Amino acid sequence: MDFITNFPLFTIMLSLFSGVLCYMLKGKAARRYTIFYELLLIVLVSCVLVYTLRTGEAFTYVMGEFPAPWGNEIRAGVLEALLALAFLVIMLCAVFAGYRFVDTDLDESKVNLYYSLLNLMTAALMALVWTNDLFTGYVFLEILTLTSCGILIVREIGRTTLAAVRYMILNLLGSGLFLLGVVLLYDLTGHLLMVPMHEAVAELAADPAVMPVLTMAVGILTIGLAIKSGLFPFHYWMPDTYGWATPSSAAILSSLVSKAYIFLLFKTYARAIGFSVIGKMPIRNILLVLGIGGMVVGSMQAIRANNINRMVALSSAAQIGYIYMGIGLGGTSGYTAAIFHILAHALTKSLLFLTTPRLAEVSGDDLSFKALQGSGIRNRDAGVFFTIGALSMIGIPIFAGFASKLQFGLAAVESRSSLKLILVMLALAVSSMLNAIYFIRTIIRIYARDGRDMQRAHHRAGYNIPMLVLVGANVFLGLFSWVIIDLIHKGLNMFAA
Amino acid sequence: MKEWLKRFFAGDLDPLEGLADGAEERDSTREELKIQRKEFREEVYRRAYMRSLDETRQKGFYAFYSAIAVISCVLLIGVLLFTVANLPEYGEENPRTVEVVERYVEKGVEETGAVNIVAGMILDYRAFDTLGESHVLFTALVCVMILLRIDKKNMRTDMEDYYTIRDDVYFDISGDSIMRRVGSVILPCIILFGVYILLNGQNGPGGGFSGGAIMGAALIIFSTAFGFKAVDRILTTKVLMIITFVSLSFYSFAKGYVFFTGANGLENHIPKGTPGAILSGGLILPLDIAVGLVVACTMYGFYSLFKRGSIGHD
Repeated sequence: MDFITNFPLFTIMLSLFSGVLCYMLKGKAARRYTIFYELLLIVLVSCVLVYTLRTGEAFTYVMGEFPAPWGNEIRAGVLEALLALAFLVIMLCAVFAGYRFVDTDLDESKVNLYYSLLNLMTAALMALVWTNDLFTGYVFLEILTLTSCGILIVREIGRTTLAAVRYMILNLLGSGLFLLGVVLLYDLTGHLLMVPMHEAVAELAADPAVMPVLTMAVGILTIGLAIKSGLFPFHYWMPDTYGWATPSSAAILSSLVSKAYIFLLFKTYARAIGFSVIGKMPIRNILLVLGIGGMVVGSMQAIRANNINRMVALSSAAQIGYIYMGIGLGGTSGYTAAIFHILAHALTKSLLFLTTPRLAEVSGDDLSFKALQGSGIRNRDAGVFFTIGALSMIGIPIFAGFASKLQFGLAAVESRSSLKLILVMLALAVSSMLNAIYFIRTIIRIYARDGRDMQRAHHRAGYNIPMLVLVGANVFLGLFSWVIIDLIHKGLNMFAA
Repeated sequence: MKEWLKRFFAGDLDPLEGLADGAEERDSTREELKIQRKEFREEVYRRAYMRSLDETRQKGFYAFYSAIAVISCVLLIGVLLFTVANLPEYGEENPRTVEVVERYVEKGVEETGAVNIVAGMILDYRAFDTLGESHVLFTALVCVMILLRIDKKNMRTDMEDYYTIRDDVYFDISGDSIMRRVGSVILPCIILFGVYILLNGQNGPGGGFSGGAIMGAALIIFSTAFGFKAVDRILTTKVLMIITFVSLSFYSFAKGYVFFTGANGLENHIPKGTPGAILSGGLILPLDIAVGLVVACTMYGFYSLFKRGSIGHD
């Protein structure tokens, strides 16, 4: 057993410890420590990614001395390592780009608590990505729920408190449903670890009398995670939650937290239930329809929004719809498209949420479109970054958004069902058009001159480093999508094994 | 109704609208008071009128809302009842579903050294989950601190000085002699009982979470009876933070060590002890103590934050 196999454990334990440590430090020291240790985690996770690529197979890691059906386990394959790496990079960029807003939005005495929550959240994200056990998934899902409400409420203005209360209630409802699903599955199979549960489920699925109960269990679990990640009929908490949080919180909530829930759902399907059993249930078709609904409705609401952050937040509802549509399409190409879109959307959305406050900063701290007129000229860098993010969201070639839309199209062609093909293609066309309407409108708005004096904002070049990292990753995903798709294929093959 | 629906889905519906506006206080003369009262009365009538107008508009929305809520709840209840009716019967012999439980029951004492199988399960077999669970508590404490600890941003008015509000005399209710007398008799018993439960988690029902909750309750009663000043002599913010930090990091490092040695097939050199003795169950006792301290501190911290907006003098 190589030493590198210990690294996933180290990422989780180190993050938990850092969460408790930052609680003891002062604000500035906590920030420096957080940035340093996130860099360390990135190195660790990159080692795991290279290691799994080199050995060509995933490894499981027993937590303690008791093996699989009795003790806890975590598992690392290419897919897990890739997502963990992307999550950590985005987390680091969000901390780096958002810290000066954190310093102004928060009371001085609470800055260290913010970083403490971020580190606990990193621990939860890592555990959700690596876990091989449904109940471990639930425990860390709780930590993720609490920390996400915490980093929202930390701004202490009326709107965030209200948004956090609503977010909390819906999130707890989602957690409860997820737990109910896990309990039902445990009652049916007698296992909580994913591999033994998979075997038991495969046995049970042969019995037509058990199938309805099994469908219910998986359905309840799915609804729980769909509420938490904001699938179409449950997306109305999004605009307030993302729109009023401090910028790094908004970036993290929209691009990491909801994605972690989706990945947990995907992992449950792939590892605990099995795609062949899922295929016998109507769940995937429902997800497909709701996903398409989200793509259209989310975009329509985004067009009506009068505030740039609310618009970007509502466009998240549409993008979450894309991911669920990929899961609903099924097949290797559908899942590949969904996971590719998780990466593409996470990179793009965090870029947008970290740029809008810089545009608002030069417009009198006002996020409404009226005030933002000409802000792209007043702050050139932020304008360019916003434009790049917006173009990627619309799906212009060389950016990640185009590559993922291409993948969805390919998945629809390969689904061998003309109804699905027509539905998905139509949805893609309509949604892209709607995306274009509101994003191009915003680009025009921020570059239109208004009567006010065009004072340029002077920023330190350092503010642009995290943005450049995100843009670089975005363009890499767009131009060399085959590299990532190859990795995702390898990861999916490891899931099956 | 349509407008309300639209606002609801846009996340714009604000139930606290107009209620949370702060009022200004100052001394007024008799004449001013008269005018103010008149204005106030008119304002009340005006608001009542507006509300009645608003209510007729809302009525449609709320009727629709409650109808949908009732229908979806009934549907969910029906579906869940159907599911429960089709679950395997309680106590049914099924070799597959008892595989895990069998080993816990049959070999639990031998493998973990704890007579209380539940403690062995949560702190040894599935220790990783419990590690997460104890950090959930800590996360909750941090969230409550963010929300309730008084700072310059969330003070209600400028009149409330940052320091006077933290002055414990302001909140002191410890004059009650019944509270004091009964407290001085009953508190040592409660604390002793908490310690007993905490230390006997490996041998009987109890453990860190329950013992810590009892000790936390004792701290809360103590602070109500004798005032926060008495508690602040031992449990300042700093002390509470250090206790939490040391307990949780001890937990993380001890369990990290066990995970590491276990996964790499190394000997962990932690003696299991004789089952039934107080020093048994390997790491279970120290972990219980750590969890108990965290739970007690968290409970007292919640109470203190809700009551006076800080944990103690810094």
